[in-house]
Order: sequence, then structure tokens, then C-alpha cells
Amino acid sequence: MNVVIIKYNAGNIFSVDYALRRLGVNAEITGDIEKIQKADKVIFPGVGEAETTMKYLKEHSLDKVIKSLRQPTLGICIGMQLMCQSSEEAANGKVECLGIFNEEVKRFIPNAQINKVPHMGWNTIHDLKSTLFEGLPDNPYFYYVHSYYATIGANTVATTDYMHPYSAALQKDNFYAVQFHPEKSGSMGEIILKNFLNLC
Amino acid sequence: MLAKRIIPCLDIKDGQTVKGINFVNIRNVGDPVELGAEYSRQGADELVFLDITASHEGRKTFVDLVRRIAQNISIPFTVGGGIHELSDVDKLLGAGADKVSINSAAIKNPDLISDVAKNFGCQVCTVAIDAKLDESGEWTCYLNGGRIATEKKLFSWAKEAQERGAGEILFTSMNHDGVKQGFANEALARLSESLSIPVIASGGAGKMEHFKDVFEQGKADAALAASIFHFHEIAIPDLKKYLSNEGIPMRLV
Repeated sequence: MNVVIIKYNAGNIFSVDYALRRLGVNAEITGDIEKIQKADKVIFPGVGEAETTMKYLKEHSLDKVIKSLRQPTLGICIGMQLMCQSSEEAANGKVECLGIFNEEVKRFIPNAQINKVPHMGWNTIHDLKSTLFEGLPDNPYFYYVHSYYATIGANTVATTDYMHPYSAALQKDNFYAVQFHPEKSGSMGEIILKNFLNLC
Repeated sequence: MLAKRIIPCLDIKDGQTVKGINFVNIRNVGDPVELGAEYSRQGADELVFLDITASHEGRKTFVDLVRRIAQNISIPFTVGGGIHELSDVDKLLGAGADKVSINSAAIKNPDLISDVAKNFGCQVCTVAIDAKLDESGEWTCYLNGGRIATEKKLFSWAKEAQERGAGEILFTSMNHDGVKQGFANEALARLSESLSIPVIASGGAGKMEHFKDVFEQGKADAALAASIFHFHEIAIPDLKKYLSNEGIPMRLV
């Protein structure tokens, strides 16, 4: 199986590579359009800022490439947010994103009960509606680090509560996405990565 | 619900965990990767590796070690010790660390916090503060592992660090560290309530009740300890089960 991790101007993409190696899969980390298009599975990971990352993707034509993929594709963290309609993580408060999912990305607004942003640490997911989650126990914990979240919508396949419920995972056709970091979530994360690798 | 985090801290010298750590079920306790993996299996939520090496060669060894940790351990980890400039941060993150902890260098050069946040994102930048409650009732920040007092005060410095882009504050109370009589809950609660970023409590853990207190009274988001875990005075699975039974949100493995 030929797995490609999309290389772009985001941090922390090696963690995903290491996690896949622990599962016995040697992925290729590349920004090469042809290699991405020909892969059996594509992972779009990363930690970064939405506006600068979108700009980078457009400059390298990766925006069109990612939208047109037909193989199973997994967005992680900022990857998931960029697959949404738009994000508030921008100098003028809104940047158009890839629009694969209709959901929008908004900033967490601290309230009286919860005043900490970023949402950092381990939290549970519930209302699971995807093959990605097969074999997980009830209320499994995953590792999160983020200050923006995707709203709940038609593509929501898992929910997490922090200040309010939001999309922990999205899915539409061949596109899968998770807000948390499966590559940093111990054995629970491995189940999800395995499930993704097993998709046809 | 977001769980409170339990974080063991490992001191590293020349690429090895410092002597004295005593673990029955792993072959080489001197190997930080094996020890870290064991803590991960036991349910540690994150790991902190603190490089206490002074030599240049030791530093290079540490970067290699960070790469091995990232390759082998599937939970987040922070590295600290000897970070002076942006290029140090770049090397450690490039090797696979999730976060870096900056202490003395941030006090000497506060712009380093802003630079790290701007270049790598707030979430990677933990600012560690060692502070001591002095006779006048003020918390004074110290440099170089608590050897040199500074002009900085805990609450204002933590606030400044947050404004400059710190993603987390790791506060060690020098009054409580090593005494095993509980964490500095009063100061921690004030710190946690005055900040909008998570606070990691360090210094003072002696028994399981201390962790309950630091989360309930100290309002900490995470608690860090070293020797009580390394010397089996408290086992992480027992601790997390106890805290969970006490109503504290915990990730049980």
C-alpha cells in the first residue's frame, strides 16, 4: 500500500510518519502533486495557522489537488480545519478554506465555566458514526491541542464537548478528518489509524 | 470532558535518565525511551524530559534522544533544559518534540517567547517558572534552577508570558519542591484564575491526596512529579483510579 503524507508548511508532520511506522507502514512525505494523486491513501496532517497555510496550498496548487482526490484521505487537526468551508483564524477574521465539508471553523470564546484556550489535553468523543471508530471502547480519550473548532453539521461523525459540543470528526465520501491527534493518542489513536489504513 | 493530566518528569544527563530511578519491570531504567514507554503504558498523559547536561556533546546526544522518543512513544512530550535561542527550539521540534519548555532564557530574553510562538505556534511554547515565596509575601522568580533571584514576580511574569504567546505555564514552587507536603495550591489557584492558558503544577507531591487538592483547590490543569513516580511511592494507575473515584476527570487506560 502506498501512503502519502502531504508535505507543506506545517509543523509536526513527522509524528504521523512515526506513528505509521509503528504500525508497519512506510509512508512517503511529499508535496509532489503526481505522487499525491497516485497514492492509495493520503494523509493531510499538521499544526499551523489557517490563513498562511491556505495561502501556501494555493501557491502550490495543492488546494485543487486535495479537493479532487478520490482515494481515502484523512485530515488531522489543521488539516481537518482547512477541509472545512472557512476559518476565523485569519487577520481579517475569515479565510475561505477548501470547502470539502460545509462546516465552519470558529474560535473558542472563553466563558465563566471554562476559560482556558487552547483546548489542550485528553478529551472524549461520542456519537460516533464512522468506520474510523470501529473497535473503540465507550468514551475513548484522544489528545487535542487547538484554539479553533469546526461546528456541528451534516458531516459530523463524532462530537467532543469543550465549552460546547463541536465536531471531533467529519466525513464525506472519501474524505475523513479528525480534530484530535491520533498519532499522539496512544493505543486509541492506533485503532483509528489502522481503521483508516484498512479502508478500501 | 477534558481530563486533568498527570505528567512524570524525567531528568536526562548525557542521554540517560539520572541514577537512582528504580523500576522493576523494565530492563534498562537508564534508557529514557524505555522508561518513558513504561510510563505511557501506565497511563501517563504526557511526559517531560529535562536535559540537565551542561556539555556541548551532551546536547547533541539529547537531540538524538528526542528523535528516538518521538519514534517510539505515542503520547505527547515536552523537552526542556538548555534552550537559549530559536535554533535550539527548531532542532528539538524538528527531532519530533511536541512542546518545548523555556525557563531562564525566557526571563533573560522575553522576546524568545514571542519568537517561538510566532514561528512554531503558541501550543509548542511552555514557559516554566521557578518561584519562591519570600518573607514579604511575594513570589519571586528564580534563574538557573533556583540559584539566582530575579526582579520578576510570579503573577505578572506569567501574565506577560501569556501575552507574549506562551501556550502553557509550568509553575514550580521552590518552597514546596522536594518537601512532599502538597502543592502550592493558593498560588496555583490565583495563577490559574488570572490566566487563560493551562497551568501545570509542580513541586510538593507526596501522596495521592495532594493531587486531588492541586486539581480541586489549586485549579491546576495538570500536575507534574518526578521522584514519587520514579521510586514507586505512588503508581500512576493507582493514582488515576483514586482521582477518578474522587470525581476528578481522568483518562484511565
